[in-house]
Amino acid sequence: MDYKLEELLICCLSSKLHSMRHIAIGAASPIPAGAAFMAREQANKSMHITLLASQKHNHFTDGSRELFDAAAQGRIDAFFLGGVQIDGKANINLIGTGEYPNTERRFPGSFGSALMYYVVPSVFLFRLQHNRRSMVETVDFISAPGFSPPEVYRPGGPVALITNKCLFSVDKERQRFRLESLHPGVTLEEIKDLTGFDFDHDRAPDITQEPTQEQLQLLRGIIALEIAESYPLFAKQTFDI
Amino acid sequence: MSLTQCTITEIAAEVANGSLLGVPADYSGVPMAFTRELIRQGKQDLDLFCLPQSTLQADMLIGAGCVRSVETAAITLGEYGLAPCFTRFVQEGQLQIKDSTCPALHAALQATERAVPFSPLRGLIGSDLVKHRSDWQIISNPFSDDEDPIILIPAVSPDVSVIHAQKADRNGNVWIGRRKEVATLIHASKKNFMTVEEIVDVDFYDNEVLAAGVLPGFYIDAIAIAENGAWPLALGNRYATDETHMKDYALRAKTEEGFQAYLSENLKV
Repeated sequence: MDYKLEELLICCLSSKLHSMRHIAIGAASPIPAGAAFMAREQANKSMHITLLASQKHNHFTDGSRELFDAAAQGRIDAFFLGGVQIDGKANINLIGTGEYPNTERRFPGSFGSALMYYVVPSVFLFRLQHNRRSMVETVDFISAPGFSPPEVYRPGGPVALITNKCLFSVDKERQRFRLESLHPGVTLEEIKDLTGFDFDHDRAPDITQEPTQEQLQLLRGIIALEIAESYPLFAKQTFDI
Repeated sequence: MSLTQCTITEIAAEVANGSLLGVPADYSGVPMAFTRELIRQGKQDLDLFCLPQSTLQADMLIGAGCVRSVETAAITLGEYGLAPCFTRFVQEGQLQIKDSTCPALHAALQATERAVPFSPLRGLIGSDLVKHRSDWQIISNPFSDDEDPIILIPAVSPDVSVIHAQKADRNGNVWIGRRKEVATLIHASKKNFMTVEEIVDVDFYDNEVLAAGVLPGFYIDAIAIAENGAWPLALGNRYATDETHMKDYALRAKTEEGFQAYLSENLKV
């Protein structure tokens, strides 16, 4: 079956979202948006999706602080964060590489990560360039830490990391990533080569499930249109609409 | 209440060099016509306070040399990529950056709205953002018997904030719809100016549906009409982003020469 990497990632991520009641999607996150819409179509029609970049799917009426207040209260079940660098302790760096503040390569900034990562129960990390520059042993700057000491108020945190090569889950006890599945065509050796941190894995890891015909139809039909409202360039490149 | 009308030139003249300027996010009504006028007037040493991030507005002001420092959660052109001038200036050490996170920027203004010296906020503890912010303080929650560290964000009051909106009424009230973060910024600022697409000859308070999205005129010093005032950015559901223009900007502003050429073309009145 013919599908694009983005379509594989949307379907893979969506399978983790079936039990969520309210999913919020922040800046620059078309793949998480697609995954949320897919989960709603396939698993739970009453799922609430808040897409901040959208007019139609952003239901907050009290200003952009409402996202953070709602999240801090526990009213948002799942959120998505990227990272210029992500390390083996699930620390994320959205600032840039090199020594702060005059970073060698500066990225936009930490956005809402320094609250959202702490308070949303299921935070999914995503990074579409899986290599040793992005998957590092220790990040150059901690925008938000993966784990916190017990005295720090932290009802939320990371549950998974999806890249263009594989899906990791998060072992909260051991504070480590565990390889869940390799995307089709990727080998364990390749992941080891491309990853700067140690992770746990089975001897023969699972392969990420490919999108079904039904999923691709949904994705290229109604979901593509929903994504296009907020991410027109992504929709054009991925779905040619 | 009454309407005080002015021009964009007059608004820009009210922004003194060295002011702390309130800057709205891309979805809140970015006053781009006013921003170009600030650059025309050659402002210097502006400190930008973004609620909670900025796009083309901060990037152009930085590139044009108007900015001394930026407090923000991010500066980006979104789907059009990294903000080229911001990126260049930070990497070259030419810009003082106070990196923050969205809820902390809201919290700082909300403290001013309530006229209290600070707001407590969850999260942040263990983030490197805190290491570089001597103005933030971590205290122990005085109401808890257990150890419970919590961060305090001091109140911030911009000297002046300028925002673009769809319409004002004949009494100087501005309709902001559900974009209530505009109200947060305006409530917290010492001086406020709005630019609008149009001034309509009605009283918004005659219509309860409209009234729910109104920013009362008493917060606002003066209003200027600026048709297409957010261009090339979008304004609510009124007009969309000028994609061709943004792609062109993202490409040209990558170099100092390209940015200057862009500026000289786009600052013509």
